Amino acid sequence: MPDPRISLEQVRHVAKLARLELTDDQIRKFTPQLESILQYVAKIAEVDVTGVEPMAHALPIHNVFREDIPGPSLPLDEVLKNAPETDGPFFKVPKVIGADEDSAR
Amino acid sequence: MSDRICKFYEVLVGLEIHIQLATRSKMFTAAPNAFGQPPNSLVDPQVLGLPGVLPVMNKRAVEYSIKVGLALGCQIAPFTKWDRKSYYYPDLPKNYQISQYDLPLCSSGTFDIPDDDGSTKTIRIRRAHLEEDAGKLIHEAPGGHPIDYTIVDLNRAGTPLLEIVTEPDFTTPRQVTTFAQELQKIVQYLGVSEGQMQMGHMRFEPNINLHVTDQTGVVHRTAITEIKNLNSFSVLEKATAYEIQRQLHQWLETGALGQKSTYGWDDAREITVHQRDKEEANDYRYFPDPDLVPVIVDDTWLAELKRQIGELPAARRKRYVESVGLSPVDAATLAADRHTGDLFDQSVAAGAAPKRVATLLLSHGRRLANESGKPLAQLNLKPNRIAELANLIDQNKIAPAEPAGKVLERLLQQDAPAEQIASELGLLQSSDTSAIEAAIEALIAQNPKPLQDYKSGKQAAFGALVGMVMKQAKGLNPKLVQERLKQKLG
Amino acid sequence: MLAFDTIADAIQAIRSKTISSTQLVRYALAQIDKLDPAIKAFNSVYPDQSLARAKEVDAGRITGPLAGVPIALKDNICTTFGTTTCSSKILANFRSPYAATVAKKLEAAGAIILGKTNLDEFARGSSTENSAFGPTRNPWDTARVPGGSSGGSAAALAAGMCCASIGSDTGGSIRQPASLCGLVGLKPTYGRVSRYGLVAYASSLDQIGPLAWTVADAATLLNVIAGHDPNDSTSVPHPRPDYLAHLHQPIKGLRLGIAKEYQLASGIDPQVKTAVAAAIKTYQALGAQLVDVSLPHTEYGIAAYYIIAPCEASSNLARYDGVHFGHRTKEPVRDIIELFSKSRAEGFGEEVQRRIMIGTYALSSGYYDAYYLRALKVRTLIRRDFDNAFTHCHAILCPTSPVPAFAVGEKSADPLQMYLVDVFTVTANIAAIPGISLPCGFTAAPKPLPIGLQLLGPAFTEQKLLRIAQMYESATPWHNHRPPLA
Repeated sequence: MPDPRISLEQVRHVAKLARLELTDDQIRKFTPQLESILQYVAKIAEVDVTGVEPMAHALPIHNVFREDIPGPSLPLDEVLKNAPETDGPFFKVPKVIGADEDSAR
Repeated sequence: MSDRICKFYEVLVGLEIHIQLATRSKMFTAAPNAFGQPPNSLVDPQVLGLPGVLPVMNKRAVEYSIKVGLALGCQIAPFTKWDRKSYYYPDLPKNYQISQYDLPLCSSGTFDIPDDDGSTKTIRIRRAHLEEDAGKLIHEAPGGHPIDYTIVDLNRAGTPLLEIVTEPDFTTPRQVTTFAQELQKIVQYLGVSEGQMQMGHMRFEPNINLHVTDQTGVVHRTAITEIKNLNSFSVLEKATAYEIQRQLHQWLETGALGQKSTYGWDDAREITVHQRDKEEANDYRYFPDPDLVPVIVDDTWLAELKRQIGELPAARRKRYVESVGLSPVDAATLAADRHTGDLFDQSVAAGAAPKRVATLLLSHGRRLANESGKPLAQLNLKPNRIAELANLIDQNKIAPAEPAGKVLERLLQQDAPAEQIASELGLLQSSDTSAIEAAIEALIAQNPKPLQDYKSGKQAAFGALVGMVMKQAKGLNPKLVQERLKQKLG
Repeated sequence: MLAFDTIADAIQAIRSKTISSTQLVRYALAQIDKLDPAIKAFNSVYPDQSLARAKEVDAGRITGPLAGVPIALKDNICTTFGTTTCSSKILANFRSPYAATVAKKLEAAGAIILGKTNLDEFARGSSTENSAFGPTRNPWDTARVPGGSSGGSAAALAAGMCCASIGSDTGGSIRQPASLCGLVGLKPTYGRVSRYGLVAYASSLDQIGPLAWTVADAATLLNVIAGHDPNDSTSVPHPRPDYLAHLHQPIKGLRLGIAKEYQLASGIDPQVKTAVAAAIKTYQALGAQLVDVSLPHTEYGIAAYYIIAPCEASSNLARYDGVHFGHRTKEPVRDIIELFSKSRAEGFGEEVQRRIMIGTYALSSGYYDAYYLRALKVRTLIRRDFDNAFTHCHAILCPTSPVPAFAVGEKSADPLQMYLVDVFTVTANIAAIPGISLPCGFTAAPKPLPIGLQLLGPAFTEQKLLRIAQMYESATPWHNHRPPLA
């Protein structure tokens, strides 16, 4: 089990990964709280899990497929109705600079 | 210039290819998978990543991926699962992409491509896995008007995407392009993707580095750079070639090996452009997607998919050359399209000489296809009729050139025995020897002059004599006429 | 209190025309008007729509097993009417363009969904204090919490504002509030009820289930909501049994497991211990045999839970970024990253942020094996513990919550203290088995507060579990108690 101690710097890094803009006060408040939770959960390190398969799925089911039959799309006004900002038929966001045309990789 | 001398260098290029699969619906939901539709019109709650939605696998997308894997000689995983890959981007509504991390559907394949020197180059395939595509960010308004913000269209989001990763086995830019072109043929042959570059159905990302050996024998390894999102064969080749030279010259001039980084291609200047360093390592926080269940591919399913694939182009090409005796060029042409190859095989199976069928299809068949603007296999030609026509030619009942072409053309509209059609069109040749004899007799009687000429040694007069016999009575087999005439004058 | 406050009574009264659905819905709406300003069980109420549907029922145009019965739905289940907020600022104005499978099934059964109930933001918490719209109060003592995260659903029912309600349970979020509010609460086996349209917290643990006054009412609701759903790959294709059939037939030769690890758990309120001990005696009097069983990995249950749930949550909650739906910051932003980070920081409450942080940390590079993967292995061991135990007994009996309803603010300062409240409930989610909480008595002083008894059974044995619960209910008076306020 990794060291459950956690630094302000690490908490800042995790906040960045999680896309949460935390104030310095919040970082200072969260750090000991996260540390105490991590200390608590660290007890699973005591368990001997040699040869134990992870229970990734609660159920022993597999191959749940859908046939390749197209279904309906939402009408455009429904697609956009919860969007904070739109431009015509598009969602609108601040300029995404220096990025690839698409992100899938 | 410095004192660095490159004694020789080794090029190591690997290729990552994203292929959009031509399913009718998306990877994990029923929203239609289509191209060129109005913005945000192929979006349902799942594509939009709304709170509470759940993914359900598209069976055909999994099958298409397995087929490509088999064609690339890959192992198909008997057990595989889905993982979430986390990164925040406005074209990715859930801010995670459903992908496959440690258990790809296909792995450890090999694929042979022809090298420039005529030899065969084997490319190892590291893995091929299935994932969902992202939407599109657009940086100018429709019509090309500049905007100072970005707009998002989710039509492409959720499309099934097959990512193929090769080992760094390419040593020349040409090999990279050859592989890409062969892969395009494969996916089109399998019918799993339209493979249209300009529509972004296939996107290429070469990763490149060099092992440069200097004058003292020390090897310098340049850092791997990746060139993102190349979607034409020529750009793929140009960009790879440019990047190899850029890395070599960077080392020669500065000794720098560079940093692991991502480059883009500037098409106007024809150079690769640095985009970002990779050390700002993305932490994708992969973990198994709890909303999906595993995929288990058993032997029965795999056998059925193999059956559906049938013979792959490479194997077919080989068979056509080695067992059927076709020329490599004819073999390649017939094998390139699955349905053309099938038509050929079925016509031969109907009892005709393979070479004759090949010639028929590749000459008249191709011409008719071009004229109608349809692929050869969609011309509705029946294999048994093609065989009949081929046999007529071989039996000297019809001339292989224009007359056979006319019969084939008629067969497009009319399903009748080839001989009947040839007869209706008056294209059947008579092989009736008595008719030929009679014609020759008549000729000799009426035209002593050319006969004299020929006998006195003017060989050129023979052609004229044949022409005259043919004029005497239409529909005679010219070959037989020649034979008989020679005998007669012998 | 409603004139006919259980599903069974309401249906009987409506069918016999003792009361119309319209009248019953009016009473319920009046009760909400009167009491909800103090209780704050509902995030939104839909009087016009509810009355319109009640009229349809009275006119015979809507029928079904729940025809005309007013119920309440937890506000993390999507409906095409009104809002689905998850008690979060980030979804405060979210109007779903699609309905959850469970919501559709309830409406198809004729139920009248009066409104959407308060919860701990995104179902994260055990007290319903972590709601962006303020805490819900316990109808038995409004200075106390109703439990959580389905606290709104529990309080609405306990206060007589509806005849039954629907909650969701990730680590005890149905059973613990049921216990603290004197109700029956059932968490079905994972995969028994469709999660489609349930806003995900921890996808491998979440399950929708009923809160009701009686075991029979819980069975009636389960009959409606359970079953396979092609939209949820994790819902099982097993046929759904009729949970009401044979409900009143006792299990012959009933064996109940008593886990020694649960006996040893620290921090159990003595009054809870006494009430549960009495319940055990009741079962013995009914002929049940007690069996000592061992669940050796119990002490790792909460640890595994507090790794698995935040990891999945950190991913499930990534989509709330102010682009396609939900709150977007009004502050000026330099770039898209700042838009994401500010919108999320403004939109999520502190407890949700804390859990996102834990999950993000535990999944980040270098930690996955030690935390998430290891927790999944511990999960396997916990499931094995139960499989072994169930070879010796039909069900395991224990308290639902170690403590009765606690005071508002009492545990909110120390997140870890709050997490330990889940000690008896989380393992059912970890092991993907069903669990039911039943009222089993009251504390003495200063005010009578309900105490809950929990029964845990093997996967997909809800039918048997309900029958075992019914045996106890038939022998005891607790399900007839109502809070004085209501």
